[in-house]
Amino acid sequence: MVTTLDKVDVVTVGVGWTGGIIAAECAKEGMKVVGLERGRERGTSDFAIVHDEYRYAIRYELMQDLSRETVSFRNNRKQRALPMRQMGSFLLGEGLGGSGTHWNGQNWRFLPYDFEIKTMTEQKYGANKLPAEYTIQDWGITYDELEPYFDRFEKTAGISGEDTNPFWGKRSAEYATQPMKKTPILQKFETASKNLGYSPFMMPSANLSEAYENPDGAKINACQYCGFCERFGCEYGAKSSPEITVVPTAKNTGNYEIKFNANVVEVMKQGDKVTGVRYFDTVSFEEFIQPAEVVVLTSYMMNNAKLLMVSKIGEQYDPETGRGTLGRNYAYQILPGASGFFDEKMNVFMGAGALGMTVDDFNGDNFDHADLDFIHGASLSITQTGNRPIQTNPVPPDTPSWGAEFKKASIENYPRTLNVGGQGASMPHRENYMALDGTYKDIYGVPLLQLTYNFTDQDRALHAYLTEKAAGIMQEMGAKTVVGGSPISDYDIVPYQTTHNTGGTVMGSDPAISVVNNYLQHWDAENLFVVGAGNFAHNGGYNPTGTVGALAYRCAEGIINYSKNGGSLV
Amino acid sequence: MSKKEKNFSRRDFLKTSGVAAGALVGGGIIGGLIASNTGTETASPGTAPATHGESGSAGGVRGLMFFKNDAEFQILSQATERIFPEDDLGPGAIGLGVPYFIDQQLAGAYGENSKEYMQGPFFEGETTQGYQSRLKRNEMFRQGLQIMQQEAQKRFKANFADLEGGQMDEILTAFQEDQIQMQGVSSLFFFRLLRSATLEGAYADPIYGGNQNMDGWKMKGFPGHQAAYISQIDNEEFQEIDPKSLGQSH
Ligand SMILES: Cc1cc2nc3c(=O)[nH]c(=O)nc-3n(C[C@H](O)[C@H](O)[C@H](O)COP(=O)(O)OP(=O)(O)OC[C@H]3O[C@@H](n4cnc5c(N)ncnc54)[C@H](O)[C@@H]3O)c2cc1C
Ligand code: SF4
Repeated sequence: MVTTLDKVDVVTVGVGWTGGIIAAECAKEGMKVVGLERGRERGTSDFAIVHDEYRYAIRYELMQDLSRETVSFRNNRKQRALPMRQMGSFLLGEGLGGSGTHWNGQNWRFLPYDFEIKTMTEQKYGANKLPAEYTIQDWGITYDELEPYFDRFEKTAGISGEDTNPFWGKRSAEYATQPMKKTPILQKFETASKNLGYSPFMMPSANLSEAYENPDGAKINACQYCGFCERFGCEYGAKSSPEITVVPTAKNTGNYEIKFNANVVEVMKQGDKVTGVRYFDTVSFEEFIQPAEVVVLTSYMMNNAKLLMVSKIGEQYDPETGRGTLGRNYAYQILPGASGFFDEKMNVFMGAGALGMTVDDFNGDNFDHADLDFIHGASLSITQTGNRPIQTNPVPPDTPSWGAEFKKASIENYPRTLNVGGQGASMPHRENYMALDGTYKDIYGVPLLQLTYNFTDQDRALHAYLTEKAAGIMQEMGAKTVVGGSPISDYDIVPYQTTHNTGGTVMGSDPAISVVNNYLQHWDAENLFVVGAGNFAHNGGYNPTGTVGALAYRCAEGIINYSKNGGSLV
Repeated sequence: MSKKEKNFSRRDFLKTSGVAAGALVGGGIIGGLIASNTGTETASPGTAPATHGESGSAGGVRGLMFFKNDAEFQILSQATERIFPEDDLGPGAIGLGVPYFIDQQLAGAYGENSKEYMQGPFFEGETTQGYQSRLKRNEMFRQGLQIMQQEAQKRFKANFADLEGGQMDEILTAFQEDQIQMQGVSSLFFFRLLRSATLEGAYADPIYGGNQNMDGWKMKGFPGHQAAYISQIDNEEFQEIDPKSLGQSH
């Protein structure tokens, strides 16, 4: 039996950054908003005993319960897709705040080049810079158009930073708070990269350098550099997260309700509009329908795509014919980098998730690609996030991975090793995409989302080039041994890489190659909005959330306009 | 660290975080402070700071929760000790309580794969596709240890736990090089699991039964659970800090 609930103005599926932002903005406008979140309620008071590497970082306490639902994966269409039985390559969020609770807080705006990548690449390097199987395209919006929304998100989150990077887009305002502390480890990177003629700057951070009150009146405290940030919630309320900012803002209006343990399995559609969503109470397994004037998918890019697929909204992408848009342009990231082994001991166990310095000299089109067989690049950073002992066992090359020699070397090098790491942009490819799995299901009987993904030649070339640049910085930093990352071959879903998955519900100005318009309104259903890194037409050289947050503010504006005037927003 | 210094660092925290003492800002910060930051200060009288030299878990006793006989447990103990041996830096896996840590983990959610996707059908798959076994971790361990014993008998006509170190290493290396036939899992996969579990036991907070006396952390120079480093992170010199556990001994 399915119980149909009272209709609301807006329902969001999932309550992370995207769901929280939509809720706050719509609720402030007087709209009645319901957030359906499959996980539990949680917040700062639950993080008093969070400095527990084993529970949170190794056993993924705050993340998705894969026994209920996972994704399946294969490297190419010839392989049989198999379920990701254990989390690894990326860590899916679950519970109030989503991944925004346990993120690092490295907060970026994608480069102006990213939004017009096809046009700019063709202008400068001609139409055939990349082979045709790379499906790069413009985003249907420019950096300048998105700038006010970037600013909005950064003020909400109170981002700490400095505007000294010569390569990024023009900012309309200073950062909300001062940059974080430039620690001795960061200074090593700064000096070395300056010596090499690069332009280092403090990484924009959502671990706030000082206490801050945002424009909505939400308060965020000052980071204590506790060293347990990524994969942990912040016990100080000092890491900007949905549950300490946009969620209370939405609640304070009196127009917002969150239903926990509510797992959405379908978006209901009638004609060219959606009517609401169907969900399971994960405790009682009762089924409900939540009718709504506007449905917003804010359930991370993977669940967003999956829900559209199971609800048969939009045309599934087919790599054979190149037709269809849903699931198209799935992209990831590649991680060029270098480790350096030093003589001196450093305070590597102290830190914060977004404590770092970066150079953008080899990101985007900030350097000439005329003689290179790839486009785009990577931000190269040093971060001091707090190295914890289970996960950090650095040993120089040719050291065994266990036994007496390993023990000595890993203990000796633990405080003596630094890394310069890149986040390498990833270009979409015809063969990399998402679909529904034909075999495996979640516990609600819904097919799993299936990823078909491998690194491409473009990725391999970019990785090799950037690894050398990272090694150069490390050399200049004075490491006695520098070890560059090994060349990449096939994408492997086992080791953690990044939770920076993109694409599948791409935004754009042409419905033939995009799922949503530049207000993230679905081309096939005007009261359906889809928000997240799934909107990215390719993946850039930074973490995604700054750009995701900006898009969410843009989308909220669209929803508010739509609720007044109806129709297509473009 | 003396009590006085602790009090100081607490005040320092309040100052630097921009929070007026007694205020509740941004959701629960003071609650977090009391529970996580102060240890002995706010604990009721008579509670001591966590783990100072005493061995064993709460109540001072230890026992097996997953393994059913000591012979199996001895194989596990010796194997983990080869992976993380005692040396002049400090204790190895056995001295750190790693075998007990693993035993407890195998009896619980970790061993039972309760957060893993375990629905069929099962196929072998490519290495890039990861864990594809129908076996739970505790079943892998049970089988793996049994086969270690069989290998010891086959190669050296002795119990694994009685072998010379080098002989044990030979068997472990055969597992690592995927030369051992296991059912439903490759020996390399099992070896990696055993190696990770050993490091986890050496370095997890002692509340889990390993890292006894915080000796894993002491060897590595990792201070465990500290409330904040805001007043030390600017220092050039390496900071030697007495480690602290999340636990309290009663
Ligand atoms: C360890 C880690 C570190 C990271 N560090 C950074 C960083 O430093 N910088 C950065 O920019 N990004 C970082 N990220 C990525 C960042 O966290 C995400 O980009 C961001 O949180 C995405 O927000 P979202 O709202 O799209 O999705 P999420 O935060 O994933 O929220 C989605 C919510 O939807 C819920 N949900 C999903 N499916 C359903 C369903 N069917 N029914 C009901 N609810 C559902 C989920 O439970 C979840 O709570 C990191 C991620 C991880 C995991
Ligand atoms: S490093 Fe800072 S922001 Fe991160 S959890 Fe610790 S105190 Fe919070």
